[in-house]
Amino acid sequence: MKALLICEYREGKLLGSSYELIAFAETLGAEIALLLIGSEAEAPKINGKVYLADVQKYGEYNPDLHKKIVLEVVARANPDYIVFSHSSSGWDLAPRVATALKAGQISGIVGIVDGKFEVGLCNAKLRRTVVAKTQPAVLTLQPGVFMPSEEPSGMPTLEWVEIIDAGSALQFAGYEPAEKRDVDLSKAEVVVGVGRGVRNKEDLPIIAALAHDLGGELGASRPLVDAGWVESSRQIGISGQIVSPRLYLACGISGAIQHLVGMNKSDFIVAINKDKDAPIGTVADVMVVADVMQFISSLRERLS
Amino acid sequence: MKILVCIKQISDLESRFQVNASGSWYDERDLAFRMNEFDEYAVEQAVQLKEQLGGAPEITVLSVGSERVVKSIRTALAMGCDRGVHIQDPSPHTKDPWQIASIIVAFAQDQGFDLIFTGMQSQDRGSAQVGVTVAELLGIPCTTAIVGFTYHSGVIDARRELEGGLKGIVQLKTPALVTCQTGLNVPRYPTLPGILKAKKKEMVTLLVDDLSREQGLIETDAIYVPDRKGAGVVLEGDMNDMADQLIDILKAKTALFR
Ligand SMILES: Cc1cc2nc3c(=O)[nH]c(=O)nc-3n(C[C@H](O)[C@H](O)[C@H](O)COP(=O)(O)OP(=O)(O)OC[C@H]3O[C@@H](n4cnc5c(N)ncnc54)[C@H](O)[C@@H]3O)c2cc1C
Ligand SMILES: Nc1ncnc2c1ncn2[C@@H]1O[C@H](COP(=O)(O)O)[C@@H](O)[C@H]1O
Repeated sequence: MKALLICEYREGKLLGSSYELIAFAETLGAEIALLLIGSEAEAPKINGKVYLADVQKYGEYNPDLHKKIVLEVVARANPDYIVFSHSSSGWDLAPRVATALKAGQISGIVGIVDGKFEVGLCNAKLRRTVVAKTQPAVLTLQPGVFMPSEEPSGMPTLEWVEIIDAGSALQFAGYEPAEKRDVDLSKAEVVVGVGRGVRNKEDLPIIAALAHDLGGELGASRPLVDAGWVESSRQIGISGQIVSPRLYLACGISGAIQHLVGMNKSDFIVAINKDKDAPIGTVADVMVVADVMQFISSLRERLS
Repeated sequence: MKILVCIKQISDLESRFQVNASGSWYDERDLAFRMNEFDEYAVEQAVQLKEQLGGAPEITVLSVGSERVVKSIRTALAMGCDRGVHIQDPSPHTKDPWQIASIIVAFAQDQGFDLIFTGMQSQDRGSAQVGVTVAELLGIPCTTAIVGFTYHSGVIDARRELEGGLKGIVQLKTPALVTCQTGLNVPRYPTLPGILKAKKKEMVTLLVDDLSREQGLIETDAIYVPDRKGAGVVLEGDMNDMADQLIDILKAKTALFR
């Protein structure tokens, strides 16, 4: 069994997700080959084949050109699996490659069970195992799940890939940096995360006061940032900040995987949720099944 | 200008899920259903574009699914879409994203849509495939997970969400497809006049078997409720008791109250 792993590269650097692809392939027990559209200096040091396309020539992520390069390498390597991260470039490119090859695609893999791929369903309240009926098949991996033990330190065999650049329907005009952060949640000892279970904006100051009482900072899940209730620099999760405080208190947060990877390294996790089955329960040390504002008011009374 | 918005109806995720008797999906009895959240942003962006262009574009909203999805189509009509297309399929969950995309394409291919909006992914399956696959099959440019959108004379300027707050700026020309991330806009609530108007709007019903030509490329092997982490303590019951218990646990297990 052979897996072709599509590495990620941005602003001149290999992204860490590339090592997650390697960790996944090792768990699967597949022979690996990598494709990096980047620079030679950044190529992962695996003992195996690394296909390299020059970023100077083909640029950073661009769907049309990168699809062509992936298809060229698929033709050379004849893999059983073509593996991407379920990231902004992976979810964008994988279906294009799958469609070109008429290959089955399994998205957001979180595990391997007897050689079948496990994915979440309905915010991870259910899971399913899925198999592809095609060879090759396209896979995308949920980021933050397959963690590499250490960086490889082998001797890769490099093979350069060239394609004819026939232009592109989409123009990439550059990056816009993340908004400047006025708070650095990564240094806080306590983070109190608020989620959509807090239904009234007027309740936010009460939770902010609780965070203050505990000597910590307020964080939030994405919907509260999208709604403009909390500034984006306080968003926790894959598209926000990654935190690992001594205590994380999740208030009305369901625990979607994109949120979990931003806080599951916390030392101690307490969740307040009226839904006992909420997926935050999979990482919580204490799950308080309650209405969030009622519980917080009891808690604050006792803390004062 | 012709716009298409693809929406999916999903079950409310705060429900309790059980695997159905045949082990092929979850039991849908007693569940509430609503529009996939990402698709609300797709509908809103289409309606905002229509407003920007003085009402000229015609917006078709399409959904593949059973009889109940008509309700979500009506919601989109109440938000400002012009006509609904219901592709009737009693069991869409037995089709993979490739098949759903192929069905949408079979409908859309000779309709001359200038712009197609979809959600970036469905909240139940989370595959993030249908939109991009539709674009690839139609041979039109596409970009994904947009959090910014402007349109001017056939040119779209979009901001894509990358990781850790970084954005990518892209430009594409119509005909094109974009998949929408949350935060792109603020989806409106349907108003009462909107709801009343929606009742009179055109609703086309098509049968999925007339559009479905592809076999699935992936297959569900099993579906199950995952194990919960064993170590966690669950507190239930009286508020004050729970607050006391939590403080005791925090005193014992964390160094915060010393
Ligand atoms: C590419 C991508 C990137 C993303 N990045 C992020 C990210 O960085 N961060 C992030 O957070 N999300 C992110 N998301 C969104 C994520 O998938 C979820 O939609 C989001 O985390 C849900 O937030 P929530 O838990 O606050 O809301 P919900 O999922 O709506 O959960 C609300 C919870 O509150 C509970 N509740 C309701 N009422 C009460 C009450 N009265 N008392 C107690 N509990 C109550 C409910 O039981 C439920 O569990 C991303 C999604 C995608 C696709
Ligand atoms: N059954 C469906 N009917 C109409 N549109 C759909 C359907 N399923 C998915 N879509 C669209 O495709 C997007 C991505 O879905 P998915 O590939 O399932 O994650 C959704 O946000 C919808 O816009």
